[in-house]
Amino acid sequence: MKQKMFADAALAVGTGQGAATKTTISAKFAKFRELGLLAVIVLICIGVQIRNPSFLTWENINDIAANTAILSILSVGMMLVIITRGIDLSIGATLALSGMIAALTVKAHPGLHPLAALLLGFAVGLACGIVIGFLVAKVGILPIIATLGMMNVFRGLTYEASGGKWVSAHQMPDSFKQIATGSLLGINNLIVIAVVIYAVAYYFVSHTRTGRQVYAVGSNPESAEISGIKTKRILWLVYTIMGGLTGLAGVLWVSKFASAQGDTASGYELSVIAACVLGGVSIAGGSGKISGIILGAVLLGILNNALPMINVSPFWQNWIQGMIILAAVVFNALVKRGIDRNNLMRRKI
Amino acid sequence: MAEYVLELKGITKTFPGVKALDNVYFKLRPGEIHALMGENGAGKSTFIKVITGVHAPDEGEIYLNGEKVEFKSPNDAKKAGIAAIYQHVTCYPDLSVTENIFMGHEKVSKLTKRILWNDMHAEAERLLRELGATFSPKTQMGALSVAEQQIVEIAKALSMDAKIIIMDEPTAALSRNESEELYRIAERLRDRGASIIFISHRFEDMYRLASMVTVFRDSKYIGTWRVDEISNPDLIVAMVGREITQLFPKKEAKIGEELLRVEGLGRTGYFADVSFSLRRGEILGLTGLVGAGRTEVCQALFGVTGYDKGKIYFKGREWKVKSPLEAMKRGIGYLPEDRQKQGLVLQWSIGRNITLPSLEKYARRGLLRTASEAQTAKHLAEKVSVKAGSIFDLVSSLSGGNQQKVVFAKLLTADLDVLILDEPTKGVDVGAKSAIYEIISELACSGYGIIMVSSEMPEIIGMCDRVAVMREGRITAMLDRKDITQEAILQASMAGEPAPAEIR
Repeated sequence: MKQKMFADAALAVGTGQGAATKTTISAKFAKFRELGLLAVIVLICIGVQIRNPSFLTWENINDIAANTAILSILSVGMMLVIITRGIDLSIGATLALSGMIAALTVKAHPGLHPLAALLLGFAVGLACGIVIGFLVAKVGILPIIATLGMMNVFRGLTYEASGGKWVSAHQMPDSFKQIATGSLLGINNLIVIAVVIYAVAYYFVSHTRTGRQVYAVGSNPESAEISGIKTKRILWLVYTIMGGLTGLAGVLWVSKFASAQGDTASGYELSVIAACVLGGVSIAGGSGKISGIILGAVLLGILNNALPMINVSPFWQNWIQGMIILAAVVFNALVKRGIDRNNLMRRKI
Repeated sequence: MAEYVLELKGITKTFPGVKALDNVYFKLRPGEIHALMGENGAGKSTFIKVITGVHAPDEGEIYLNGEKVEFKSPNDAKKAGIAAIYQHVTCYPDLSVTENIFMGHEKVSKLTKRILWNDMHAEAERLLRELGATFSPKTQMGALSVAEQQIVEIAKALSMDAKIIIMDEPTAALSRNESEELYRIAERLRDRGASIIFISHRFEDMYRLASMVTVFRDSKYIGTWRVDEISNPDLIVAMVGREITQLFPKKEAKIGEELLRVEGLGRTGYFADVSFSLRRGEILGLTGLVGAGRTEVCQALFGVTGYDKGKIYFKGREWKVKSPLEAMKRGIGYLPEDRQKQGLVLQWSIGRNITLPSLEKYARRGLLRTASEAQTAKHLAEKVSVKAGSIFDLVSSLSGGNQQKVVFAKLLTADLDVLILDEPTKGVDVGAKSAIYEIISELACSGYGIIMVSSEMPEIIGMCDRVAVMREGRITAMLDRKDITQEAILQASMAGEPAPAEIR
């Protein structure tokens, strides 16, 4: 009886009814995912607000946004990398290296324009990204290995450049520190930069050919090759973008915390990957949305800010974050399994 | 206009160790549907990849409308108006239908290079309607059925304004009604002036659609005929046409009691209604074209993957197979198709590989007794006559045939009754092959029941007591030893009659 239904569904191709129903189901799942994430965020906000009324104040919201900005900038790059079925473990180290070089430069030349410092950090990160992209795309080293290796190289270079010393607040000119503390039209610079990057990234992934090809390469590398997409170039590109964004983030980080250290952002890559996974970027490649990673980064940012405000002990904070990430992954897997099963049933055997 | 839109002369393509195409010819007229047929491994897939510019031929020339061309990349062929519809490879399951249609030739605004989504969606919608499909172009590709995905692939070819369309087994995964729909689309394309190369394992497709047929066999060009001028038996002879010269050392084994009986076994989407029985001392062949579901059935029997319909009786008692370990304990052994990946630890010595599945036999209080382990390994290695200096040689240093013998020795360590052999002579040279046949025959005589999965007709015919032929997930013929011929097997695996596939 059941089988009969499936056969009918297959026959309905001509008339299209089968297709229509199935489509809406999977489309619903996809939409549901982001709405669900939003709902979780809203629920957490309401809960925390009841316990601590100073949570949803303009000041605190601004604070959360500024603190989330760097994470969310990095998530953009990481999303592109993960979409191509890769991973980048080196970004914590790249961030430290570019931040350190920018800090050392402004320490030696206090008169340097802050924009020049930003550009310098960006350039350093870009160079790191190009090297990694070369290793992954041209030499063919697995991303996890290539970036694990380069992570140590970049971290070592950071210590080497600084001689193991910190560059601390009093050694940096005010103009440099104001990159992160200043504001444009009442909005913190970090937030402005993040929003601009998001707008550009959105345009890139959904309205340019190269952007769409990133998805194609991740969704089916073989067929991308057959349909004439230069897959190696795309791979190189995503690691380069990742590096550039990381360099930028490095300068912002050092400016925000007014301190550059050898172990800056150590392990931070895992938070970035977590934000992507929370935002629905599939580690298997091929899918991921800008709107998703914004929500993912915001959720992590809110957890970081809210849990201390309602006196959750730091140990439990990690536990809670871990559980939320796991829940997101399990949810993703279940949705995918459901869709796959549906598709299999529509085969005729 | 030239007489032929596409002409290939003397194409040869060699891959390391294999001649995939050997001096092959092909001619395609404008507005013609031309069937290309041949067994597994006849060279059809490589041939398409040469036409579409994925592989460059080592020798030979390609003419397009009478002019000599050289395709350096898939893009060159695409620009020349050649589109291929592969069965699965080319779709991007995570992306929308529109993107799948336009990937690589998106519509972009001239000035800003911005993708014109609205134009693309509208054009995709138009193409889909033209092909009689009603799903939205914004649907995610992975959510479509195989038939619908095929329509998308055809829409893709149309969007590129292809003059030559290659369809690689487009009906293999379709039901009859879906196939009928596809025939209509193909005819419409032909009437619009496109030429179609149609690759299929179904005679039905060929008779229904094609006006010409070209046959390849063992990487060679056999001939081209008008479809209405060649009879079905002649065509089959053209496709198999080899003499079986090899001698098979099959000894008559004593057929004993029933070991295994399978009734109506099915796994949604992979195979259905599979029934057979296996007796002691019997060699049961399981053959059919690649993708017919043979390996899937074996893996279900061995507990690697599940099954959701039907029953398995082992020695008369019903039994649900849950895991390979349990299957081994009960007495079923599996020789995997890919011995290097699934059958052996290449970096280990011969002896360690052989005793791996039965280590507990040589262990006392958690410690291995290496002496008795080595003794068993040596004994078994000699029994299957592995050619090596000692059992401490690394498996990676052995030839393919000897590696396979080690896998056999591995199976013999356990107490088994049923052996499932998946392509036991794949990638093994001729000499070693007959040694392996001898081992198999020996095993049958000593009372094992053997299921042998193979694509190679000579060994199926030479070794098996009975043969089950599978097609599209079902057993289409069960042949007794006296009825096993190349023609009968091919007939059953390709079937000119419409498949009894309509599910009631």
